[in-house]
Amino acid sequence: MAFDYDKYIRPGKLPHIWCPGCGHGIVMKGLIRAIDALGLEKNKTAIVSGIGCASRLPGYMDFCTLHTTHGRGVAFATGIKFARPEMQVICVGGDGDGVAIGGNHFIHACRRNIDMTYLIMNNNIYGMTGGQFSPTTPLGAKASTTPYGNPDPPFDIAKLAIGAGATFVARGTAYHANQIDKLLVEAIKHKGFSVVEILDSCPTTYGRRNKYRSVVEMMNNLKDVAVSVKAAENMSPEQLQGKVLTGVLYKESKPEYVAEYQKIIAAAQEAV
Amino acid sequence: MAKKIALLQGNEACAYGALYAGCSFFAGYPITPSTEVAEVMARELPKVGGKFIQMEDEIAAMAAVIGASLTGMKTLTATSGPGFSLKQENIGYACITEVPCVIINVMRGGPSTGMPTGPSQSDVMQAKWGTHGDHPAICIVPASVQELFTETVRAFNLSEKYRTPVTVMPDEIVGHMREKIEFPEPGDIPVINRTHPSVSPEEYKPYDTRFGDVPPLAAFGSEYRFHVTGLNKTADGFPTTRAEVVQMEEERQLRKIEENVDEIVTYEEYLLDDAEVAIVAFGSTARSARFAINEARKAGINAGLFRIITYWPFPDKQISALATKVKSIIVPEMNLGMTIHEVRRCAAGNAEVSGIFRVDGEPINPGQILDMIKEAGK
Repeated sequence: MAFDYDKYIRPGKLPHIWCPGCGHGIVMKGLIRAIDALGLEKNKTAIVSGIGCASRLPGYMDFCTLHTTHGRGVAFATGIKFARPEMQVICVGGDGDGVAIGGNHFIHACRRNIDMTYLIMNNNIYGMTGGQFSPTTPLGAKASTTPYGNPDPPFDIAKLAIGAGATFVARGTAYHANQIDKLLVEAIKHKGFSVVEILDSCPTTYGRRNKYRSVVEMMNNLKDVAVSVKAAENMSPEQLQGKVLTGVLYKESKPEYVAEYQKIIAAAQEAV
Repeated sequence: MAKKIALLQGNEACAYGALYAGCSFFAGYPITPSTEVAEVMARELPKVGGKFIQMEDEIAAMAAVIGASLTGMKTLTATSGPGFSLKQENIGYACITEVPCVIINVMRGGPSTGMPTGPSQSDVMQAKWGTHGDHPAICIVPASVQELFTETVRAFNLSEKYRTPVTVMPDEIVGHMREKIEFPEPGDIPVINRTHPSVSPEEYKPYDTRFGDVPPLAAFGSEYRFHVTGLNKTADGFPTTRAEVVQMEEERQLRKIEENVDEIVTYEEYLLDDAEVAIVAFGSTARSARFAINEARKAGINAGLFRIITYWPFPDKQISALATKVKSIIVPEMNLGMTIHEVRRCAAGNAEVSGIFRVDGEPINPGQILDMIKEAGK
């Protein structure tokens, strides 16, 4: 029997705003499958976002959902998780939202290791505002604000997350649809701040400016650049040139913020 | 039984007032001269099972406070000038989404870094106009340590009752002064909690105006689930650009405050019955004014004080009436002229209105005000 996505979609809230060929819908379906696999309770799950195309995702999902201000999703989500530790908190957004305007919140949430999952749909562009370059736009790429090619070096989101102290970091692509839910299941199960970056594509504002002739070509590009962590073990540096690692990139166990604060409450109450 | 009495700093009194009101969540960022609020909350909240978090910046602190409030908690943040500017983005979010929360802004000099340790009263316009777009504003300007306690309780009550952020703004002098405070016993001051939905989860809408201009607010994590967005929205919380809905919703959000002005606006009148010269002041400046008025009375000038306690909504009706009774109104304030424009608007030419403005980091002293009263009383 086909998977019943409708069970998790709010009645009457589709169609979504995403353009034909956008990968965000693929990612949302992956998130739904992950939530289903984990059996998360709708009333005990908050899905939070910032601003941008990807940040419209919570509105379609039948959970406690919060569409906030640009880049601040993780900070709002921190308030929810810290106030109600029994809730499962998933934050979603795009590359500009997450690591440009939200960069400070991002690195500090990684450092704090608060138990939530941050799903970043990285399409290398500000789509909603019409295709300005983002902190993940490759050097030389064309955007509406880099008409002569991008001179501004990009972030590697996964490396940034690891460097900032995230305790679970994974990467997938919108092409590898069947891997998305598997990565998210692991991320949500992980106790601590987990980051899942899904490489995505924006045919409308990125593809047409950068000589991708079709959605299929953009999808094939995601397929071609991705190399699984496992496959990479047997590849030379030359073979890995221009490739992007996918799979679980980093995982460690560290004290989690909310659990640590519970100890503070217990100690303070004992002292009273 | 004798009440518990203590010598307390104004900022500390804010924190204890918040705890009295049932605040169980604080998110903040260090900034002079408000940090003591955070320090007391960091120490006291875990004792009562509450949560304190120091966030990475002012914006995040405001965001966390709103997120936590949506789970049903009463939440507080505290800041000063530059931090208050940074918080404006998410204060606007709390306004349009109608999420209760209280912001303490201890006023220091500005603009920008200005004079971090100097007193000021120059954030009063920012409290109303600081975030973009039309939105309601409630702002309280206490003048003593005791009042910082009781007015912080009232701020929580107003915030919960009207589903709106409320700002409490002592100037640095009031925030940092130490005075005797008498702790109210539980029950002495009423504590108001937000209205929870009476309908089933299936029927619930977060902006359901069938229940009036302040619709009940459910909590995330309860049996109710709903959507919240900073976009203009319909009753069910989902985005809309439908002209008539947007217009109606924005008007309702202003109306829920405007139609309750008489309940929200508070002030104190001192020796105004026979006054020819009235001082309109607030915060520490009102304390100087009271001293000056007593001196003026000794010199035979009938002076009186109108002390603003609730700054927004502005006491329009009361100031208008005052202007028809007195010859002259003096507005001393630690800025270069903000309240005076509101007073002139309300006075509508019925009384002479003049000001004393000071932004040099020194308080406006009674002597300055007395000189002005004598001038006006001639």
